[in-house]
Amino acid sequence: MANLKKLIIEPLRKTNPVTVLVLGICSCLAVTAQLKPALVMGLSVTVVTALSNFIISLLRKGIPNRIRIIVQLVVVATLVILIDQFLKAFAYDVSKQLSVYVGLIITNCIIMGRLEAFALSHGPGESFLDGLGNGLGYSLILVIVAFFRELFGSGTLLGYQVIPQSFYEAGYQNNGLMILPPMALIVVGVIIWIQRTRNPEMQENNQN
Amino acid sequence: MSKKLGVRSEEYKVKSTAFKGLAKWFETHKPKGKWAWLGSTYEAFHTFAFTPNRVTRRGSHVRDAIDLKRAMIMVVIALVPAMLFGMWNIGYQTSLHATDWPYELGSVASWWYCLWFGFLRMLPMLAVSYIVGLGIEFTFAQIRHHEVNEGFLVTGFIIPMIVPVTTPLWQLALATAFAVIIGKEVFGGTGMNFLNPALVARAFLFFAYPTRMSGDNVWVAADLWGTDAITSATPLAELAAGVHPSASALDMLIGTIPGSTCETSVIAVALGATLLLITGIASWRIMLSVILGGGLMGLLFNAIGANEYMQVPFYYHYLMGGFMFGAVFMATDPVTAAQTNTGKWIYGLLIGIFAVMLRVINPAYPEGMMLSILLMNCFAPLIDHCVVARNIKMRQHRALKLSKTVKS
Repeated sequence: MANLKKLIIEPLRKTNPVTVLVLGICSCLAVTAQLKPALVMGLSVTVVTALSNFIISLLRKGIPNRIRIIVQLVVVATLVILIDQFLKAFAYDVSKQLSVYVGLIITNCIIMGRLEAFALSHGPGESFLDGLGNGLGYSLILVIVAFFRELFGSGTLLGYQVIPQSFYEAGYQNNGLMILPPMALIVVGVIIWIQRTRNPEMQENNQN
Repeated sequence: MSKKLGVRSEEYKVKSTAFKGLAKWFETHKPKGKWAWLGSTYEAFHTFAFTPNRVTRRGSHVRDAIDLKRAMIMVVIALVPAMLFGMWNIGYQTSLHATDWPYELGSVASWWYCLWFGFLRMLPMLAVSYIVGLGIEFTFAQIRHHEVNEGFLVTGFIIPMIVPVTTPLWQLALATAFAVIIGKEVFGGTGMNFLNPALVARAFLFFAYPTRMSGDNVWVAADLWGTDAITSATPLAELAAGVHPSASALDMLIGTIPGSTCETSVIAVALGATLLLITGIASWRIMLSVILGGGLMGLLFNAIGANEYMQVPFYYHYLMGGFMFGAVFMATDPVTAAQTNTGKWIYGLLIGIFAVMLRVINPAYPEGMMLSILLMNCFAPLIDHCVVARNIKMRQHRALKLSKTVKS
């Protein structure tokens, strides 16, 4: 039981797919200018990783080793198209904002990485939890980055004005650099920095 | 370098010095006990006031009177002419446009008041830049148990010199903090940064608050306090709009044009350059090659001559904006520039070429100098690598040839 809990908790911290494995950076830069698309994106990726991990783990004994990547891609692509259609039906605005990035979930390294590294060698239950945990770890970083970018870049959160008008009248200005993709990279870098400072065992030993 | 704090300063001996009192004060106020964690702060001020009298006795080290602190002070001295002229020009530009200027234009009183006005505008900016930057440097040095490095003395001086006079102080503070933390400390502090920190601060302001860093509404202060500005276009902005600059070449040479606070005067920058070249602190190769590169690109555009910007005489590029300031004080930063002599030529030439190219071809970035130096900062290690690799290959080739002739 403790082991199963670890499958979900660890990817949020010490094996985080974004800050430790440095996967999925591309979408992290693209969708984090605002909090809402980041939340939806995180949720979509979580659903896709969890379900694809589950399905591939069920099929793992029947997949010939040589064509496993194709089979994985078919499963992931099917799920992504389902998500895409779902978003278009029920959250059209966000779907428009995310544009191609929903479709590009197929190419997200985290999903392929988990399928290859975990689902092919573990049972369906464990695989589902592992996918869920990694998806949540990805979402967590996405939401943190988007929070800072939207707050300082636009002065809003989830579209609502957070920084009061009196600040602007006193000379405050939104930080335009926060809206640009480089700042997402810098915010991710700062998160990695803080994480490593707090967990010295994560730092590589350079004295060899 | 010893990790134990305050080790270096234990070697000081109070000799007969004109500042005996001060030296005594340092002796008796050495931090110990519960204040021991302030060791690096103490040492920073101690080495600022007194030269260490301990030298390396063994091994092949360069024994020289100049250390990092003194080299940095020399750059600050070289910046002083540009700073003084910049202060005067801040006042002068306002006096040309302001309706309530207290003295008659051109009078001696007005001349002095221009300097005083500019001094009062620059002082808070300098103070903010130094307090924020040094505060962060001291904090990092204390946390990491390093000695406090002197690199920020120059950076802190340059940052207020390359921004518009109306930049709000909180934005300046934010940019300084960003430059010191993200531009320098995350890479390991002074000597480890690959981007020029002062330019990182400017680039941060440029992209974060574009309305405060470009356009016609930031360059001339409306009054002594506040961030209001008088509309006045810089020569670069005029050319980007397709108009020949209204200022004459002589005005631009002297520097009586609107622009970032202290970068307008080519003459004042040249004075600083002379000092840097005589003392050998900055590389003449870089300065010369930046100027050559800019000139070459300017001549090429003259030959094309498709629009007003391409048709301006090539030497206008030296006179406008921060080209000379960048060439003398920013491109030559020994940490971020190329290290090999051949590399310096390539690095400088490309800075000049890109600076003029960005100015002329991309009107969205009126000042190409900042971006071209930052770009070449990124490429400097690659240039060095190629130069070194080529040298090794050449020598290998020569050795092979020699061994063949010996055999036969």
